[in-house]
Amino acid sequence: MEGALACRFIVDKIAASDTLRLNGGAGHGRPDRQFTGRCNVKVPVEITINGKSYSGEVEARQLLVHFIREEVGLTGTKVGCDTSQCGSCTVKLDGAATKACTVLTVQASGSEVTTIEGLADGSDLHPLQEAFWNKHGLQCGFCTPGMIIAADELLRKNPSPSRSEIRHGLEGNICRCTGYQNIVLAVEDAARSMGGA
Amino acid sequence: MTTRIFGSGIRRREDPRLITGRASYTDDIKLPGMVHAAILRSPYAHATITSIDTSEAAGQPGVIAVYTGEDTDGVLNGLPCAWLIPNSDLKTPDHPAIAKDKVRYVGDAVAVVVAESRYQAEDALEFISVEYEPHDAVLNPKEATQDGAPQLHDDVPNNVAFTWAVAGGDAEAAFADADVTVSDTITLQRLIANPMEPRSAIAQWVSQTGDLTLWSTSQNPHIARFLTSVVTGVGEHKIRVIAPEVGGGFGSKIPFYADEAIAAFCSMQLGVPVKWTETRSENYLITTQGRDHIEEVEMAATSDGKITGLRTTVYAGLGAYLSTASPGVPTILHGLMYSGSYDIPNISGTVYGVFNNGTPVDAYRGAGRPEATMLIERLVDLMAAKLGMDAVEFRRMNLIPKFENGHDVATGLTYDSGDYHATLDICLNAADYSALREKQAKLREQGRYMGIGVSTYVEICGLGPSQVAGAVGFQGGLWESAIVRFHPTGKVNVMVGSSPHGQGEETTFAQIVAHEVGVDVDDVEIIHGDTDLTPMGWGTYGSRTTAVSGAAVTLATRKIKEKSKALAAHLLEAAAEDIEYEDGKFFVRGSPDQAKTIQDIALMANVAWDMPEGMEPGLEASAFYDPPNFTYPFGAHLAVVEVDPATGEIDLQKYYAVDDCGPQINPMIVEGQVHGGVVQGVGPALWEGVVYDDDGQLLTGTMLDYALPRADGFPDIHVQSNVTPSPHHPLGLKGVGEAGTIASTPTVYNAVMDALRPLGVTRIDMPFTPEKVWRAINSAQNGA
Ligand code: FES
Ligand code: FES
Repeated sequence: MEGALACRFIVDKIAASDTLRLNGGAGHGRPDRQFTGRCNVKVPVEITINGKSYSGEVEARQLLVHFIREEVGLTGTKVGCDTSQCGSCTVKLDGAATKACTVLTVQASGSEVTTIEGLADGSDLHPLQEAFWNKHGLQCGFCTPGMIIAADELLRKNPSPSRSEIRHGLEGNICRCTGYQNIVLAVEDAARSMGGA
Repeated sequence: MTTRIFGSGIRRREDPRLITGRASYTDDIKLPGMVHAAILRSPYAHATITSIDTSEAAGQPGVIAVYTGEDTDGVLNGLPCAWLIPNSDLKTPDHPAIAKDKVRYVGDAVAVVVAESRYQAEDALEFISVEYEPHDAVLNPKEATQDGAPQLHDDVPNNVAFTWAVAGGDAEAAFADADVTVSDTITLQRLIANPMEPRSAIAQWVSQTGDLTLWSTSQNPHIARFLTSVVTGVGEHKIRVIAPEVGGGFGSKIPFYADEAIAAFCSMQLGVPVKWTETRSENYLITTQGRDHIEEVEMAATSDGKITGLRTTVYAGLGAYLSTASPGVPTILHGLMYSGSYDIPNISGTVYGVFNNGTPVDAYRGAGRPEATMLIERLVDLMAAKLGMDAVEFRRMNLIPKFENGHDVATGLTYDSGDYHATLDICLNAADYSALREKQAKLREQGRYMGIGVSTYVEICGLGPSQVAGAVGFQGGLWESAIVRFHPTGKVNVMVGSSPHGQGEETTFAQIVAHEVGVDVDDVEIIHGDTDLTPMGWGTYGSRTTAVSGAAVTLATRKIKEKSKALAAHLLEAAAEDIEYEDGKFFVRGSPDQAKTIQDIALMANVAWDMPEGMEPGLEASAFYDPPNFTYPFGAHLAVVEVDPATGEIDLQKYYAVDDCGPQINPMIVEGQVHGGVVQGVGPALWEGVVYDDDGQLLTGTMLDYALPRADGFPDIHVQSNVTPSPHHPLGLKGVGEAGTIASTPTVYNAVMDALRPLGVTRIDMPFTPEKVWRAINSAQNGA
């Protein structure tokens, strides 16, 4: 299911008795706000992030990306859009790259999350981080955490991708600075140093 | 030093914090006691507000306050326009931060809720009831000038904010005498800049001290401080603007917006820090957009292929209000560039700046120059076709010949230096142009439609001489300053007033210092983006930071070197004239083994135990650099596409970029700027564009509807360069941030039109979506 829809669907179920207001969205002059939906039900959650367990009560409607950023304070994961298009919020959820704006915190309860902050092994950079640095795969850096996590997923599924496979594999992540070219080279480079290719 | 640091593609020092998620962007900052603002926005493009009731919203959970235009009226001043172009009858209608009586675009602020959490603030917006009396809206900038069109501002008849003209030579005579003329109407659609980081602001007012701190996603914190002072009335000396990590801007983070002013207002009312962050869809409604030109253009030439004249009438949409720099973009940065890379003796142009019921339009990467390059390069292709000449041959006949120290063009500018034939030749060789034409001919025989597009460009950069800024109505200077401070250990801090946000100057400026005075590049740290920590600067935009701010860093470092020489002379008991410098060492001529290193000098200057008579202690220098002229980077790009006539789909197969931005401090960074620029410029040719309906509702209101370039839309871009130093810059630098964007739109445009020529298609409005291309092919075929 498309991210935003999935999240609506679940909010709907949880808050069936509450008034869930679907916005007019674009074309009706109101931004399609990711924060609306009136349900203040609090739900207990326990999530392991980068190996550390976090528990607490959150609003049922809260998006995982907001839990990670606002409650846990790991701000490396970014919010770049409100329609699940940009990929800036990509984290690993139980090992799979996931847009954290498409998941409710409650859905992630009991799961393991890895964010960009948890990717390096101590002070040793992950090969993808090293490759992005070496190949100038970033400029403003805002897309980078999500891009690196998405690239990690790509290499997990295809350890030695061609350039065109890399380009297709990253089409869910938008970068406005690099024109993608050095990102592609970085992923190619990381694949090599990770033993693929 | 063994490796040459200037010109070396070293890794960026910005990157470790960015690749590990440790960088702090505005929305990542959480202050103690911070509350959150959400802004209610007009759902109408044009309406009178008849009533607002906020009482129900005020009672919602977590809500601290709700304010409307009634509350800000008389407390906040209107948002100023800072580029008041002269001789244009410019109208500057009031632009309140929160609309009071009338709203003029979908997104105009109507009220603000402050609540304990952002979710609560957004929730409460739903409980504000506003009654509107809607009016007709107008979006098309030409239609907006017609009699009877909806009027946005009472005192701006026909919505014409200004009428600006440029003229050189005698265009009327050139057209009267022309052997051949061509004309076209070119639409440059509205574009959304889309930096990946949405805009955000945190305002913190401390009433006890009267200090206002504003964290802001700004490209120019010093201008933001100045304008915050103008709008809030707080003294400039009591305002601190911090642009922390900023996630791209592309022009859209130059302006001073209502939202920052509203955040400041709320904090000043409530005495707590207030954060506001836009959603992406909100960004699409309120953050300034680019382009929106309708260009009616014509070119005159002799039958043997010499361009003799250019005439334009341009309708430039400005949106509902003047943004910070908007009048300067379609005029000074556009009309003055009508000669492009060519010798065009006779030019006349008129630009109408027009209010329309859309988001305000301001600088977007390239700002005025892509709009100029587009019309020139399109006309050049049309003229070549009409004359039956090859598009490249025709360009060669008209390019300005190589010049090293100044070339005057008809619009009144003096280009600094250029070798336009060289970049074109490098580009054609790289692409093997004649082989491409042969291949194209073969494919056409098989019914396949390959197109080859070429564009040259020259851009006005390194903005600019402050005296010229004043003469063209820019309400500020355009110089930059830097402070270079050596610590006792020989480590260096450099404070600059500009504010890079992805362009890598923390690295390249350190390379400049290392190059000039021989310290290790890792011993230099660049500080920027905080008005309390840095000297005055006018900001990062218009490809100016490396050129202008980099010159200030260079000159300040050279002052350090001079003082070091004098101190070395004293310490070595020699005359200053006898001191030589090499690789960070100062020594008496002939005795390099008795050298004082720059680190020795830094220590001795800082402890000041043994200073020469009259020399001040410390090793610190500042420099203010006001450029004597603009810089004019240039280049030539080539694209190859294939169009599938059955579906209208375009396959971008090859792209060659050859740019000359002068000497390169860090070629890896230069290349990255070109890649990013090219992709941003291809976007509007093939996919991107803002669409409003007739009522002014934004139909491309989310990232789902607005088609941004993605990784899979591109082949590898082939990048090459040439080096023609600027004669007037201390390092010869010109700037490169916008080059790719300026060149790539016309390059791809021309390639697609070249592919479609045998099918009889003469005109399509961008973006070239498959549907539009397919329709154009069909109607050309059916009409034929
Ligand atoms: S913020 Fe999740 S995809 Fe954009
Ligand atoms: S590096 Fe800026 S958006 Fe990718």
